[in-house]
Amino acid sequence: MNDENESAESFGGCHMCLAIPGKIIEISPDNPDSALVDVVTVRRRVDLGLLQDERPQPGDWVLIHVGFAMSKISEQDANDQMQTLRMLGEAEAAIQEVQGYGLEDTKDSEPN
Amino acid sequence: MRFVDEFREPKLITRTVDEIRRLADPNRHYRFMEVCGGHTHAIYRFGLKDLLPDNIELIHGPGCPVCVLPMGRIDDGLSLAQNPDVIFAAFGDMMRVPGTNGSPLEHKARGMDVRIVYSPADTLKLARSNPVKHVMFFAIGFETTAPSTALTLMRAKAEGIKNFSVFCNHVTIIPAIRAILDSPDMRLDAFIGPGHVSTVIGCRPYQWIVKDEHKPIAVSGFEPLDMLESIVMLLRQLKNGEAKVENQYKRVVPWEGNRAALRVMAEVFQLRPYFEWRGLGFISQSALRIRDTFAEWDAEQRFDVPGVRVTDPKAAQCGEVLKGVLKPHQCKLFGRECRPEHPIGALMVSSEGSCAAYYNYEHRKAAANVLTQTA
Repeated sequence: MNDENESAESFGGCHMCLAIPGKIIEISPDNPDSALVDVVTVRRRVDLGLLQDERPQPGDWVLIHVGFAMSKISEQDANDQMQTLRMLGEAEAAIQEVQGYGLEDTKDSEPN
Repeated sequence: MRFVDEFREPKLITRTVDEIRRLADPNRHYRFMEVCGGHTHAIYRFGLKDLLPDNIELIHGPGCPVCVLPMGRIDDGLSLAQNPDVIFAAFGDMMRVPGTNGSPLEHKARGMDVRIVYSPADTLKLARSNPVKHVMFFAIGFETTAPSTALTLMRAKAEGIKNFSVFCNHVTIIPAIRAILDSPDMRLDAFIGPGHVSTVIGCRPYQWIVKDEHKPIAVSGFEPLDMLESIVMLLRQLKNGEAKVENQYKRVVPWEGNRAALRVMAEVFQLRPYFEWRGLGFISQSALRIRDTFAEWDAEQRFDVPGVRVTDPKAAQCGEVLKGVLKPHQCKLFGRECRPEHPIGALMVSSEGSCAAYYNYEHRKAAANVLTQTA
């Protein structure tokens, strides 16, 4: 069995219940709904399409859920949220999830 | 239990616990339901029960989307993916959930093309990079996740991606709460409202609980202090004979929710007349289906779905546990036939389910006979 599958549920939490804080690094010049975010040094693209009413700018913090920014939050709240995830034993699962965004970045293509 | 000083702001936690003890009427038994699976997980993880007086009982509600999904839906989804031209894509949470003939992971081992995705958006990438295959996203989740699926469907339509569909199992939290309150063997005093679902739906939809049922509700964050503060809010309301919606998690949850997300959901989804929940049975208007305007991307409209119904084993008492009538360990199967490695009932399926959470923390703790020194 491959590791990718093994690890998907190896932490306490359900991925679907994770809300992961990230900082907007840049908005894609050719797609305003696509932003590069930084989550504890892991950088991936997330979708901003659900924040049409309060467009975040580079430097803003957002809560990310399954690859979509769900709400704008303060830097303090972002730090608190990361701390909560650590306390829940879910920080690693969160980072693993973020690493999984964007299939081209993972070993997803063919099952071993 | 964990020591309070391991938590953030231990002094504040101690003060809040004192406040809870002051507010709780020793002659009264309180039953508070936390609706969200994330809260259930946190309650066990932090040993919050040990901080609370004995007469405050926390009942674990139906807020784990994996747990409440009937096995028939998994069977239906997997049966569509028997076609070798279909790629079955789902979140990692789904991979070990048993269907009648095994979990998605076991189907993968037998040759089915099963992929883990971390985001619905990635299912579109999968479709683009596999143009001769059909990618079916097995979507689950409450209102936290549903907007992401909806937006993905809008993007699929806008881009005209033809080899993509969604098998939609999204459910909505409010009808489940209503069903629990309507159940004759249920007696609850108040609710700890779900944090992240509420970032989308806001606090307004809970107002009927307050109005019709006269039950206080506190939308809560996930840290120990958050949940303890929510309990203080609930106790205060009960003491004053009030019932209102309070937002403890203001730093993340706006009162109005996320309107853009609600608009996207409304454009793509409509309520199903009814939907089956594991452990709770059929609940009217409790789930989302894809609108006809997106029929081309709806696996249920596009393919012939067998419509399998699988009843939970009679001996499994998931419904009673879900409604708080039984504690997880009081179910006849708990820890014997039904374990996290081999789940029989819904609530043992995911780590957010109350039985799995109880098993992982309480049961194993008791078995290892460790910890617990409280003042």
